[in-house]
Amino acid sequence: MSRVVLVTGVAGSFASKFARRLADLGEGSGIERVIGIDTILPDADLGKVKFVRADIRTPVIGKVIAVDEVDTVVHLDVNPPQRGRIGGAKELNVIGTMQLLAACQRSSTVRKLVLGSSTAVYGSSPRDPAMFNESLLARNGVRTGFPKDIVEVESYVRGFSRRRPEVIITTIRAAQVLHPDVDTPMRNYFSNPVLPTVLGFDPRLQFLGLEDALAILSESVVNDRPGTFNAAGNGVVLLSQAARRMGRPTIPLPPVGFAMAARRFIRAMGSDIPPDLHRLLTFGRAVDTSALRDIFGYDLTQSSQETFEEFRASLRPGLLASIGGRP
Amino acid sequence: MTDERKTIGSGGTPGRGNRETSPSAAARSLAGGSAAPRKAVAKKKVTEPVPVKKVTPRKAPAAKKPAAKKPAGAKPAASQPPPAAEKPRLRAVTDEDAAAAAAAAAEEAARRTRTAGAAPLSAGIPLDEIVVAVVQAAQRVLGTDWESRIATLLATVRKRLSGDYEIDEFGFDPQIAEVLSAAVEPIAEKWFRLEVRGIENIPEDGGALLVANHSGTVPLDGLITGYAVKKYAGRHLRPLGADLVFSLPIVGQVARKVGATLACQEDAERLLTSGELAGVWPEGFKGIGKPFAERYKLQRFGRGGFVSSAMRAGVPIVPVSIVGAEEIYPLVGNVPSLARLLGLPYLPITPFFPLLGPLGMVPLPSKWIIEFGEPVRTDAYEPEAADDPMLLFNVTDQVRETIQQTLYKLLVDRGNAFF
Repeated sequence: MSRVVLVTGVAGSFASKFARRLADLGEGSGIERVIGIDTILPDADLGKVKFVRADIRTPVIGKVIAVDEVDTVVHLDVNPPQRGRIGGAKELNVIGTMQLLAACQRSSTVRKLVLGSSTAVYGSSPRDPAMFNESLLARNGVRTGFPKDIVEVESYVRGFSRRRPEVIITTIRAAQVLHPDVDTPMRNYFSNPVLPTVLGFDPRLQFLGLEDALAILSESVVNDRPGTFNAAGNGVVLLSQAARRMGRPTIPLPPVGFAMAARRFIRAMGSDIPPDLHRLLTFGRAVDTSALRDIFGYDLTQSSQETFEEFRASLRPGLLASIGGRP
Repeated sequence: MTDERKTIGSGGTPGRGNRETSPSAAARSLAGGSAAPRKAVAKKKVTEPVPVKKVTPRKAPAAKKPAAKKPAGAKPAASQPPPAAEKPRLRAVTDEDAAAAAAAAAEEAARRTRTAGAAPLSAGIPLDEIVVAVVQAAQRVLGTDWESRIATLLATVRKRLSGDYEIDEFGFDPQIAEVLSAAVEPIAEKWFRLEVRGIENIPEDGGALLVANHSGTVPLDGLITGYAVKKYAGRHLRPLGADLVFSLPIVGQVARKVGATLACQEDAERLLTSGELAGVWPEGFKGIGKPFAERYKLQRFGRGGFVSSAMRAGVPIVPVSIVGAEEIYPLVGNVPSLARLLGLPYLPITPFFPLLGPLGMVPLPSKWIIEFGEPVRTDAYEPEAADDPMLLFNVTDQVRETIQQTLYKLLVDRGNAFF
């Protein structure tokens, strides 16, 4: 049974929610304490979570694990670059993971590692199969940016599993959570009044509901679920369909130079997207979640469409809402 | 309908007329005397349940006018039977009525042209004739229940605009496929004079893999085969395309929406095991981009991956022979260097293409025959047979030979390619 859980990156909007969820589960689920760690102070109220301000890119992390006798590590500090975070995303993602894994390898108490990975590990390209399952590798689109980071992070975790075979490792490859309170690139993208799209491309997108994401991760902490699992709402939403449902106009930009043009455009509207999102907005990506259902044993409560609908209802209606969007 | 008409224009503005009780100043002056238009108005009020929108700004005789107007006035009666019953003069609009009205309108128009010298030319917009023409066109295109059909169409458009439609995991949008099928129909039936044989070989339900020869420089054969399967077998064909298709803007987007997906083992098996009808063109670019001189000579059938997909899913393979696609764009030359620069497998030169510009992109009207051959069953094989290369090559060759022999037979049957 898990007793002391360490959650990395708790200043993030999703990780802070997850740490609170775990702390609220409490002794009933065999969780004695939850320790949150990050370099900056969290905005959200962490409740019973013990917050440690430390940098996982330094060996301090080993001391935190040793002092609190942590036995379960939930690594959620793998994020696309965000505004307001100091330091390059690559530093935080890759070097942070290396240090964390080094500390775990040294520790004699750690017996479970849960990695909050992303479906970005499959990349995005015209050579993609319609649905990725867990055994497929990226065809293209993982050479730069966050997808490259996440591929490297996963390979370090695999290396760790070879060196410490007795540690239970769960990797959750989650699609982007779409919720007004969770800071993800797609949320930031959809929050713009006008959506820049790639001319001639209509990507298939998948979203994960916040409740599902929290439940899947809690489940893998409370119970033992070794393996790699995709997590995304069933079905797909086309970008054009999403824009119409929101009643937001799209601006098709040419595929060549889209990355920079779209980023400039979105920055002018006071928001930001990571530079590697353009591949997702061009070719899209969908994953197969049958392993999550059949092996992991979790039934998703929300499809991608439902997640999107819930998110859309929380926003103000778009400019074109009167002629097409939904009330 | 009446309400809408009232809102158009400027009912109530002095001198502009309100189309119901008083004509506009322009109409009055054109009509010469004030008596004629008023009489017409009064007459209409008696005979027609809904006042017709406009007093004709013309010197047309009063006797002709109601005849020309009848379809417009009677149209609401067609959708509302009770008023029609009260006024026996009004009948439901039939095609004969429409035809009669058209004839009358045409006659009137012709007469007016003949007497153009007498009547002023600047007679204004012939609104009533336009309405009659629109109604007739609607009836001709959509049938007599055109009003309800237009309402359905508008509802569909509204649903599309609000994003209220379902797509599957592959991005397949049945409504778009429906529209494309309707758009391809005249091209297939009238331009290519498509003949379909052996449609009974397509299973009514459950998965099957259609394997066809590929030709024609531009993959129109995939489009037409998809149309034929939809039209004659009533099923959606899910074509498996090369990755080039999905990397091209617009083409890739449309391909996904009409049901295509990438030709790879995973997608093929996913489609086939879920009971879909998948279509492959295993010759790929070697088949489609071969010179005109080599027409109807099958190229290598890939690596036989389609056979192992079908075996794993345990679905039959239906050989499809397509005759006619070779002649649509006879490929007489190729610019490999430019093609490589553009990232394309070949850059075609046809007798007309770069020469006539866009006109050269019109496919030649060859006669097409598509024959669906007898299915090759794969469910008799063990599942591990899918990993036996010798068996795969044998089945691949069997399918390829079947298609090649059928092509020769069909070519003899067809005779001349164009006439």
